[in-house]
Amino acid sequence: MNIAVCVKQIPDPATPYQLDSENHWVVRPNDQVLDDTDRVGIEVGLQLAEGSEGTVTLFSMSPSGNLQGIRQALAMGADGAVLIDDETLKGSDALTTARALSAAIAQGEYDLIIAGTESTDGFTGVVPQMMSEILDMPCLSFARKVDAADGTVTVERQTASGYEVVTSSMPALLAVTNGAVEPRYPTFKGIMQAKSKPVTVKTAADLGIEKAESQKIVSVDAVASRAAGDIVEDEGEAYTKIVEMLEQVKVI
Amino acid sequence: MATWVFAEEADGAPTPGSLELVSKAATMGPVTVFYVGTGSPESFATLGGCGATTVHHLDTGDALPAAPAAAALAGLLTGSDASVILFGMGNTDRDIAGMLAARMGAPLVANALDVSTDGAVTVTSEINGGSLGITTEVTGSGPAIVITRPKAFPAEATGGGSPEVHTVAVPETGHAGDATITERHVEASEGPDLEAAAVVVTGGRGLGAEDKFAMIDELAGLLDGAVGGTRAVVDAGWVPYSYQIGQTGKTVKPDVYIAVGVSGAMQHLVGMKGSNTIIAINKDPDAPIFGVADLGIVGDLHKVVPQLIEALKTR
Repeated sequence: MNIAVCVKQIPDPATPYQLDSENHWVVRPNDQVLDDTDRVGIEVGLQLAEGSEGTVTLFSMSPSGNLQGIRQALAMGADGAVLIDDETLKGSDALTTARALSAAIAQGEYDLIIAGTESTDGFTGVVPQMMSEILDMPCLSFARKVDAADGTVTVERQTASGYEVVTSSMPALLAVTNGAVEPRYPTFKGIMQAKSKPVTVKTAADLGIEKAESQKIVSVDAVASRAAGDIVEDEGEAYTKIVEMLEQVKVI
Repeated sequence: MATWVFAEEADGAPTPGSLELVSKAATMGPVTVFYVGTGSPESFATLGGCGATTVHHLDTGDALPAAPAAAALAGLLTGSDASVILFGMGNTDRDIAGMLAARMGAPLVANALDVSTDGAVTVTSEINGGSLGITTEVTGSGPAIVITRPKAFPAEATGGGSPEVHTVAVPETGHAGDATITERHVEASEGPDLEAAAVVVTGGRGLGAEDKFAMIDELAGLLDGAVGGTRAVVDAGWVPYSYQIGQTGKTVKPDVYIAVGVSGAMQHLVGMKGSNTIIAINKDPDAPIFGVADLGIVGDLHKVVPQLIEALKTR
């Protein structure tokens, strides 16, 4: 089974991200990291490929920087990566991103395309669905358990009240949740091998796409934060503060 | 210019989130609803009562709704006078919205807290855990697809009458439509409805182990509250996804929110920071949850929570 996994390099989420003053785009430093949620999709892909003598190829669109995030993903065991890096695509919306990733994936042949549910920096959460429409594949989204064999893929899809079992033929696109599998840690060997794995760079022209201008951020304003609360160090009696507050708001 | 709304059915009726969107749309002009589910005269009347004048009804049966719904919607919207179509943050909402945007090449904005169609379509949203407010102007052509956060608008009955209902045929969808729902499972939670409860007690990774959730259940029970979980504990399998509060889960605005062992990741804060009173217990004084807490207890939850439970029991 040959598998494509979509991954994203993002600014370190431990620090609030910055927006540039002109276009209000997220400032992307040279040192970006692999979006942690993508490790789940990579793990799902690796497990399925390992069970079927297949390959895992990563697809990513972002300014490449020093490729730190992509190397982190390769270190888990993926075979190679295709990176879409083009100055003209800077500030792309979700649909342009989906078109670019789809065009790159369509240059190969894959049984399954795997993505996360949403990125940790953008939270738009629709790129996988857009790709499924563009690639004419079923979109098995919010998948928390995945089985794939003999041309059929079955997932448990989370719903508001529980889950449903959804099945489709392949090729198909999966958007997995963080609970799908426990991602492996890269081994030392994996980290060393990642340095020499092939990373192919594609431009917008290579893929025959261009950036769609569908929206612009017209203002960015600080939101009034909640008034600072009372922070108490527990020395054995702090629970009484909670009781007092519950009384004050008349819950008890 | 009509405002369109995607509405989904759950338990034989429009979801509460759908009614919020219909109510919001009714303040912007005539409302056309695209309704996916079995459908019934009562459901259509409920939509009409919130302001829907026209309902297009699609029943996708056991097919995964996204592909057929997106194809049918694209057919209806093409050539219509729709300026905007509102979706919620539900999983099926997001599936259909994404596929529809790709199918129509239409602009899509997510995480909206408000939307306006006076002049250009503009959308307000927040980023960085709600610390920055963003206003986005839609410049692309075609109806603007806007995915809104739950509880951004109140659901209000306008006293509207029965809407005009059109049954939509299930369209041909090609390979993308080849996904079937073979089983449906409900992971029931006990106690009050999480999204409507006056008190919510949420457990996070700081609990340390699945069995410690019993403490959260007990505390919530004493306060007639509902139990919530963070994404981390849902992903760890401690509680079902239906408990999840945050960006990819439910949004709650109770009178009192008690966060136990919750660090307060950005993706959690967006789902609860609208609560009236927030109480947090965490051992890390630098946990971001304390930034939104009215009362923060820095301490060992395994000591504080049992003490609190005992105190409440003796009342």
